[in-house]
Amino acid sequence: MGIFDFFLLEAIINGILFGGVLALLALGLNLVFGVIDVIWICYAELVMMGMYVIFTLHSTWGLPLYVAAPASIVGVGLLGVAVHLFVISPILDSQPINQLLATGGLLFFLQSFATLVFGADFRNLGISLPILEFYELYISFSRLLSFGAALLGMIGLYLFLTRTFIGTAIRAVAQDREIMGLMGVNTKKVYLITSAVGGSMAGLAAILLVLQQDIHPFIGLTFGPITFMICVLGGLGNLIGGFMAAFIFSQIISIGSFYVSTELSYVIAFILFIVMIFIKPEGIFKRSQ
Amino acid sequence: MKRYLLAAGLGFMVILPFLPISIYYLHLLILTLIWAFIGTSWSLMGKFRLVSLGHGAFMGVAGYTTALLWNQFHITPWLGILAGIAISVLLGFLIGYPSFRFRVVGHYFALVTLALGEVVRFSIIAAREITGGSLGMTPERVQPPTEVSWLALQFTSKRYYYFLALACWVGGLLVWRWVNRSMSRPALEAIGEDEIASASIGINVTAQKLKVTLISAGMTGMGGILLGLYNQYLNPNTLSGIGISLEIVFLSIVGGMYSAPGPTIGAILTIVFRETLRTYFGVSLAGMAETIYGLLLILFIIFMPRGIYGFLETRFQQYFNTPADPKPETVPTS
Repeated sequence: MGIFDFFLLEAIINGILFGGVLALLALGLNLVFGVIDVIWICYAELVMMGMYVIFTLHSTWGLPLYVAAPASIVGVGLLGVAVHLFVISPILDSQPINQLLATGGLLFFLQSFATLVFGADFRNLGISLPILEFYELYISFSRLLSFGAALLGMIGLYLFLTRTFIGTAIRAVAQDREIMGLMGVNTKKVYLITSAVGGSMAGLAAILLVLQQDIHPFIGLTFGPITFMICVLGGLGNLIGGFMAAFIFSQIISIGSFYVSTELSYVIAFILFIVMIFIKPEGIFKRSQ
Repeated sequence: MKRYLLAAGLGFMVILPFLPISIYYLHLLILTLIWAFIGTSWSLMGKFRLVSLGHGAFMGVAGYTTALLWNQFHITPWLGILAGIAISVLLGFLIGYPSFRFRVVGHYFALVTLALGEVVRFSIIAAREITGGSLGMTPERVQPPTEVSWLALQFTSKRYYYFLALACWVGGLLVWRWVNRSMSRPALEAIGEDEIASASIGINVTAQKLKVTLISAGMTGMGGILLGLYNQYLNPNTLSGIGISLEIVFLSIVGGMYSAPGPTIGAILTIVFRETLRTYFGVSLAGMAETIYGLLLILFIIFMPRGIYGFLETRFQQYFNTPADPKPETVPTS
């Protein structure tokens, strides 16, 4: 066996690819977190809605995937705008914890709404992507795809934030929301655009998740918490930090599952998160000013 | 006057299970009492702005401790209750002390407790050899089967569970009264407004927060044990999942977490509302009841952050022109 264990290597590579999915999930949440300073605790449920959009368009209505997938991005983006308009903005000035709880109410609403409309059954698109084999290493193609999409999403978001005018305004509001209002930036508009972009990122994540997992109304609970942990561990609003933290978490889970069990590796990951908040609450990658 | 009313109310509660009410209503009453007790425990922290999203963790450890001691070693739940409460208090200390020492507040505290709930849930699932994993577990029936087993706290009649739940609920309200009358209340209210300022006038912030956290953790643990005993079934997802932790928070918010009757009113409303909708819509529209419930929750948090009781209280006081206490409505400046 030795150090170069084939199965361990496989676990590590799959961990890296799993990190891509997590990083993609964390991207949108992190943006909203950093700019509006609100935790969308229903973020994973937005992803779930995106998955159902794809399922409905593709499997029920028979539209091709290249129509259904962008529809998920647009649809969840609009949903993000709705979340901001109807839930967040009425209580934007109230205690931060109220906003978190209001989106918690939305979590319940979206879960049960999905149960009402789609039923509690497990559903899938019926597409199975191949498993690639390199010299006896088995790698899931859908995870490879998510990894690529996460990288592209990350780069796209980075370019949007640094190269466009509205992106610059978003970053400025993230740094000081009160002063930017005085400087003539329409913060309401910035918040709306941020919510739209954050929602679209959830829609993008939905496309990749729908290829790997069955859809059911409670799927959000399986990856929601880990997404929050990643955002906090990477430093709230720090996109690159969140990206790195996703890979740390995915390695813990992947290697942990290899040596002990999946559940215990989640326990380790969450305990690590709790300890990290105590010793480094600003995130492991301190935001560079 | 108030004392007589309370005594009459309690007397009514005691004779209630002997009135000719159906088992279904007795069942709802028991559930309401248990959830009112758990909501009261949560609100002990919540009303001082210690918003925990992981109270399911305490319910899980305590409930499973009691059930496992019974199943594995045949230790009576009476001792199991003590052990369960002790362990949830210990867990409260493990999470509370560093949180308060390192001043983890607001969002961060909520997320730390959320993670704690997940730690407990995954740990229970991981120990599936003895806990049954996500399939859940049932406490062993006492042998030979009897109608009333005080040793195992297993009863055929629901009345016994009713009194168990009633005792806990009354106990919870007494603890609430005790905290409210102690010096901890003004201290904790000051901490909720401004932590640094309270520390500078000599309040031991960590000790005060820890005190109320440990009480709340122990009581919530008791609530989890009660649910396990009453249902004779434990499941990590329905005892420690995020859904359940959020539900505790929501029923307290709906009723109003700033006053003693609030969480109880929240529990009554939540259960009555759910059951009414469920029987009205039936199985034909699964999820309809919860959808309306979720929608109402959002509206509540936006328009009535002090809950129904808090809202009525304020209105009542305005009507009689008595000045309401300057209760926390202001936004903390941090």
